[in-house]
Amino acid sequence: MAEQDWMSEVRAMVGREYGRVCAWDEVNAPMIRQWCEMMGVDNPLYTDAAYAASTEYGAIVSPPAMLQAWCLEGLHPNNYPPGSTTENPYEVLRLLESHGFKSVVAVNSDLSFERYVKVGERLYYTTRLDAVGEEKTTALGTGFFVTLIMSFFSEKPTGDEKVGELLFRVFKFRPANVQAAEAPKVEMVQKIKRPKPGVSDDTRFFWDGVAAGKLLIQRCKSCGTLRHPPGPVCVKCHSFEWDTVEASGAGSIHSFVVMHYPEVPPFDHPNPVGLIELDEGVRLVAGLVGAKRNEIAIGQRVQVEFQSFDDGELTLPLFRPVAP
Amino acid sequence: MTSKKTRRFEDVRPGEALPELAIPITVPLIAGGAIATRDYFPGHHDAEAARALGSPHIFMNILTTSGLVQRYAESWAGPGARFGALKIKLGAPNYPGDTMTFSGEVSVCDADRRSVEITLKGKNSMGNHVTGTVALVLP
Repeated sequence: MAEQDWMSEVRAMVGREYGRVCAWDEVNAPMIRQWCEMMGVDNPLYTDAAYAASTEYGAIVSPPAMLQAWCLEGLHPNNYPPGSTTENPYEVLRLLESHGFKSVVAVNSDLSFERYVKVGERLYYTTRLDAVGEEKTTALGTGFFVTLIMSFFSEKPTGDEKVGELLFRVFKFRPANVQAAEAPKVEMVQKIKRPKPGVSDDTRFFWDGVAAGKLLIQRCKSCGTLRHPPGPVCVKCHSFEWDTVEASGAGSIHSFVVMHYPEVPPFDHPNPVGLIELDEGVRLVAGLVGAKRNEIAIGQRVQVEFQSFDDGELTLPLFRPVAP
Repeated sequence: MTSKKTRRFEDVRPGEALPELAIPITVPLIAGGAIATRDYFPGHHDAEAARALGSPHIFMNILTTSGLVQRYAESWAGPGARFGALKIKLGAPNYPGDTMTFSGEVSVCDADRRSVEITLKGKNSMGNHVTGTVALVLP
């Protein structure tokens, strides 16, 4: 797909390097202690001066995950300390914003550390705009993945030292759905439910049977042929007359797939799904439960069991491996 | 001083599972974590602003997630472990009222550098909030 003409301006920015952004504060114990309190980090290396003195550093050091936090501007956006560049390392995000991609969400944070930084050190970083991806549509909306690489340095009279690097990737997007400001307050996170089957006049008997703990198979009244999935007409004799028989629920795995990626809630991970050949002779697709990886094999004997999900909203026939 | 022991490189095997750690996701953790990491983006502390951005509630910032990942790895490895890298990818947001459960395993052991890599994930009710790796040098 051809890109909008303004994208050439965005593309031209890729590879650009931006000058230093300084830290408001030198690495200091009070900010470290508060960070540890929030995160629940209890390593005395960050908070106990006596313990820290006994380590190879001889003093309290910053928790490594705090590296980026030292150089953030704080309450007022783009209010960087004196000595910082007057360029905006995030100008590409502003440009995307001006074209309607107003929302942003952080996607990747890849930190690597050359060394730990001690209390008293003063940090800054420089930035390179590494990449702007193709336009993508995700569940959040449509937009661009933007990758920045920031190199962190400690100021030293004898020459600044690189202490770490951060690859930071954000998704800059136009939201797919904006919630009304007066939307009801969400007290609890909505648990993700199992998708429900689409029930039609042809399939209702099957799901009613499952809800009653029975595995019902459609049978032609004229010629006796069993069929699944359900349908209005016998594929053999074309009769519209049918009734059902209750299957024993015993069968074997005719084929299977084990879903590893993506991990889809609320299903088990990995998620094994079988094509089950019932002893009565028809096949159906169903989830496998309680199966060790080596039990998921063609020919493995299985038995149906009915499991209830989402507070009884849904009952599903699932199959569990059994001894032959 | 600390009474906590640090795992030695010789004591760790590839495939070893880390014990799970469940972290209740609360407004104080999200808002406090954002401020402790100097991130004043309104979506991390202002529910109205978060809703206007398309979210049902405030959501955890990535720097807090990094901090919690550090905690998970460090609480297993001990105070003498040294981080070489901490790389994470975000998925489902962390909203108040949820619980994120970390699980992980040792994926690589590098004897020359006495370094181990942990592959981990933090899962909430909507799926994986975070997946990633941590590289640690052990004594």
